[in-house]
Amino acid sequence: MKLEDMILNRVNNMPPSGIRKYFDMIYDMDDAISLGIGEPDFVTPWNIVEAGIYSLEKGHTHYSANAGIAELRKEICKSLSKNYGLNYDYNEEVIVTVGGSEGIDIALRALVGPGDEVIIPEPSFVAYKGCTAFTGAKAKIINLRAEDEFKLTPKLLEAALTSRTKVVIIPFPNNPTGAIMTREELSKIVDILKGRDIIILSDEIYSELTYGNKHVSIASFPEVRDKTLVINGFSKAYAMTGWRLGYVCGNKILIDAMKKIHQYAIMCAPTTAQYAAIEALKNGETSVYEMTSEYNRRRRVIVSSFKKMGLECFEPLGAFYVFPCIKSTGLNSDEFCEKLLKQEKVLVIPGNAFGECGEGFVRVCYSSSMDNILESMIRIERFIKQIKR
Amino acid sequence: MDEILEILEKNSNYTVEQIGKMTGRTVEEVSQAIKEYEEKNIIAGYSALINWDSTSKESVLALIEVKITPQRGVGFDKVAERIYKFPEVKSCYLMSGGFDLTVIIEGKTIKEVALFVAEKLAVQEYVLSTATHFVLKKYKDKGIIFKEKPEDDREVTFI
Repeated sequence: MKLEDMILNRVNNMPPSGIRKYFDMIYDMDDAISLGIGEPDFVTPWNIVEAGIYSLEKGHTHYSANAGIAELRKEICKSLSKNYGLNYDYNEEVIVTVGGSEGIDIALRALVGPGDEVIIPEPSFVAYKGCTAFTGAKAKIINLRAEDEFKLTPKLLEAALTSRTKVVIIPFPNNPTGAIMTREELSKIVDILKGRDIIILSDEIYSELTYGNKHVSIASFPEVRDKTLVINGFSKAYAMTGWRLGYVCGNKILIDAMKKIHQYAIMCAPTTAQYAAIEALKNGETSVYEMTSEYNRRRRVIVSSFKKMGLECFEPLGAFYVFPCIKSTGLNSDEFCEKLLKQEKVLVIPGNAFGECGEGFVRVCYSSSMDNILESMIRIERFIKQIKR
Repeated sequence: MDEILEILEKNSNYTVEQIGKMTGRTVEEVSQAIKEYEEKNIIAGYSALINWDSTSKESVLALIEVKITPQRGVGFDKVAERIYKFPEVKSCYLMSGGFDLTVIIEGKTIKEVALFVAEKLAVQEYVLSTATHFVLKKYKDKGIIFKEKPEDDREVTFI
């Protein structure tokens, strides 16, 4: 028997990532600039790192409570209440997870299986589709549209609902488009979902990274509070990706179900990271402000540069991504990215890596230094001029 | 505070076009703002932060604690002025606590700095005492850590 045959079909059928080849190409290039990696370029602020080190020195090297250190859960609830008007009980309504990713995984595993449908608006983070497929449930894709600035509209949502819909994922601020949803826009989504037996999985990992409007959580609408799971974490806001720490908040019944999976599969999130995260929530505000100010400057540089180059691009108000349309170059997303990398040594990611409807767009990540961004804009402009000639 | 000042304090090398893009303002607006800051002496100068330890230049830096008697009417300012006008004085701050002025002096040799303190600083009228501390190593200056440039070592992840 072949070993491949021992593997579940739903795993075997998962295609390998389409963007690996770009990272392989850039690996040997000198002087290349990567605007491809979706994580902060900043190192975790020192007060947070130092708190982690201190916890190790104090001998906090054991498991924590399954749901996470109580003090951290209290701080999480305090910060959600202060920032987004969300009120959760730290004892019963929070689990600290291994990144937001674990939250997505255990939520889906607790909620769906074969026969169920999960609505996933795309373009979006690739893990939603993957984690859904691993449960045996079906991913029902909504193709978001550039003319809606890649927001989820009531019409698109209604068209995707079926009697088998069990979960709707709300991924805003969005990776890869940088789109956000305002309170008014969310309220229309709430109107559709409030009367139905559907759980909302709201991935708010980029909530601290908004420019202009403050983030609004769909869970702040009382009508859907108890059927919403809010996923958030420390990776993006505090530049803590490698610490692997996130959390999920929601009604006790849902959280209890997820706790079962979490305690058997994971036990608990890394203890050192949890101590560091307490410091992040208590004393991280200035660092978050400084990082978001810098992201905002880079964002403005990229958006205005693309406009000057004649690339259509809506103004992204969240996360650290810009999602310009490259159709005017006559190239498809893959060709654009490959040629740009070969000719000008700048890596951006094809939009279709985040869903078919991302074809014709590329994701440009501005978690790279200002000098890199200024230089890459010169290179992209040269590339586009040469193509259009 | 104006973002332009924050940007320039970190890196005064950016062009007005670049600063315009970063702040969402026109080139004219940025030029005008910078001109006004210069005129009002809010932007008091531009300089590069040089890690002299990595060059062949020989120099010593010393931090001098100075105790002085304040003068009626002008307080510490008059004495401070007589001190900070010497070109050897790189920085001069009025302090709270156990002494009054921090004076940072640069010279070619320890002897040169010591002589300056003995002949120019300690002998000033109203200066009661001085204590000289030589700088052995600069780790960080003006927010910049002096060691090899950090490299981007982020590995490939599919996000």
